[in-house]
Amino acid sequence: MSKPETSPTGWLEARLPIVSAFRREYVDFAMPRNLNYLWNFGAFATIALALLIVSGIFLALNYTPSVAEAFNSIETIDRHVSSGWLVRAIHMGGVSMLFAALYVHMARSLYYGSYKTPRELLWLTGLGLFILVMIAAFAGYILPWGQMSYWGATVVINAMNAVPVIGPALASWLLGGEGLGSVALHRFYVLHFVTAFSIIGVIVLHVAALHVVGSNNPTGVEPETSDDVVPFHPYYTTKDGLGLCLFLMVYAVLIFFAPDLLTLANNYAMANPLVTPGDITPEWYFAPFYGILRAVPFKLGGLLLSAGSVAVLFAVPWLDRSPVKSARFRPVLRWALLGLFIAFIALGVAGMHKPTGLWLGISRLSVAYYYAYFLLLLPFLPRFEKTRPVPASLRGENR
Amino acid sequence: MKRVLLIGLMALPLTAQASTPEQRGFQVYRQVCATCHSLDHVTFADLSGIGLAVADIKAYAASHQVPDGVDDDGDPKTRPARLSDSIGSPYPSEAMARLANHGDTPPDFSRLAMTEEGGAGRIETILRSYEPKPAGVVLSAGSYYNTAFAQKHIGMPPPLHDGQVTYADGTKATLPQMAQDVGAFLDWVAHPHRSARSHTGLAVLGYLAGLTVLLALLKHRVWKRVKENRQ
Repeated sequence: MSKPETSPTGWLEARLPIVSAFRREYVDFAMPRNLNYLWNFGAFATIALALLIVSGIFLALNYTPSVAEAFNSIETIDRHVSSGWLVRAIHMGGVSMLFAALYVHMARSLYYGSYKTPRELLWLTGLGLFILVMIAAFAGYILPWGQMSYWGATVVINAMNAVPVIGPALASWLLGGEGLGSVALHRFYVLHFVTAFSIIGVIVLHVAALHVVGSNNPTGVEPETSDDVVPFHPYYTTKDGLGLCLFLMVYAVLIFFAPDLLTLANNYAMANPLVTPGDITPEWYFAPFYGILRAVPFKLGGLLLSAGSVAVLFAVPWLDRSPVKSARFRPVLRWALLGLFIAFIALGVAGMHKPTGLWLGISRLSVAYYYAYFLLLLPFLPRFEKTRPVPASLRGENR
Repeated sequence: MKRVLLIGLMALPLTAQASTPEQRGFQVYRQVCATCHSLDHVTFADLSGIGLAVADIKAYAASHQVPDGVDDDGDPKTRPARLSDSIGSPYPSEAMARLANHGDTPPDFSRLAMTEEGGAGRIETILRSYEPKPAGVVLSAGSYYNTAFAQKHIGMPPPLHDGQVTYADGTKATLPQMAQDVGAFLDWVAHPHRSARSHTGLAVLGYLAGLTVLLALLKHRVWKRVKENRQ
């Protein structure tokens, strides 16, 4: 393996062994042989993030963060900058694709127990990434200075003000004193790309943690023999590559043929502090959390439950008491988990509607189930649930 | 060959004159809507996107005066608009626009077909839904009876009537025709890159589809090894 130091690769190897590290981590790296296509979504999220960062840099070249010019500069990008409409479409569509990939990625972790020993830190760094992505998305959405930018930010700042003790101080620190104006916009602009670049750093931690403990797999049984694993290349490079092509096709359909499907049209009207939109709704990826916020009649309670819905995820590795990882072998949990996914989607749909009548009922029921799943079912279900026999090896289920 | 060329040349002016709904809509905008409504984010040059000749656009731009800083005495100057200027507002300021319109500003047209729920079709419906006020209905000053709204009135006086403009292509300028053309124009204004978008999209999808097939074959070949030695 070691080459004489006189050759260029040997010289580099002796000083910074990136070539051998790359070979070890991305070519020869042992992967469970039985991963299904749900294991592609981490790669999808990475690619979506890379496209967001590259397109974001090009948008930043033409964007002006001031109340007077922000909306105009976005219109200029969309109408007059060469291929500006394409770069902006990639950026706007990329957010939806990133969140979609992240939600599937997280749902897969919950289903196959990928958060359990020894992968707790993988789960925690992943949640850290999710929060950073949410902050970046929130700050980024304010930048075009449309009606929804302005009023969405207003809702969040009002919510922040409702937090006892630190809330008002935090809000005024973020706003820079003069209400939601140019100073605040400039801060959100800086916050947007500071979080965006921080995400890259946390991804490095997330992937490093993955490469220490290795991937989980659909059986939840750790690979033991060399028959259980295949090298990352060419097996998962081809499988991820194929999945990625399909992911990019969905992305392309979204941005080229349905660019207005997931966006809110009133954000094409410039922010007007004197005109409140009829109903302030967030983009779809925040809708479930907004649904929780609006399900509770008093502001602080809604805020606590909404923030708590993410906070509770950090405790999941310790809330789940079952030694069985994969929901394949947990007949009750798999249905309970399906219920969680339905509740989360229902919260999202309810979040896009005014919180009255049926929608309020649905969102309250869903919040209750969401918390019951994590705080009651995960810790106490293992006492009653009769699990199916777990195979001795990860190839077991196909024998 | 010469004959074909000749016929082609003769046909050319005809096709150049046959105008599209967007071009007719622009004509209505220019002669009617532009009296009150602005196009803040659209430049004169953008109009080439609906196939207008550059000379015509230049002439249209030159008929607008735009602010040009101050002269040596500190007095504001104006100059004829250039292609790169925005078409802008007919009013010198928002206050003037409000003064002329019972305290409201006529909405800007740049994204109206997007922000108006129902899009261009909705705009067309509004333009066609003016009716004489039924007896007994009382409207405040500056309100006009229009059945397109739940509250049955709108602040804009009926802008269109039959034969108001003379279309260059000879199309009869009935009210429904003009409403439809204005809708088409505003739809283009709100989505100026729609055709480029779908062309690029088809190319991207075609490329990705080809790549998908190749990768599917490759992946199948690679994974066959694992499946074979598993048995």
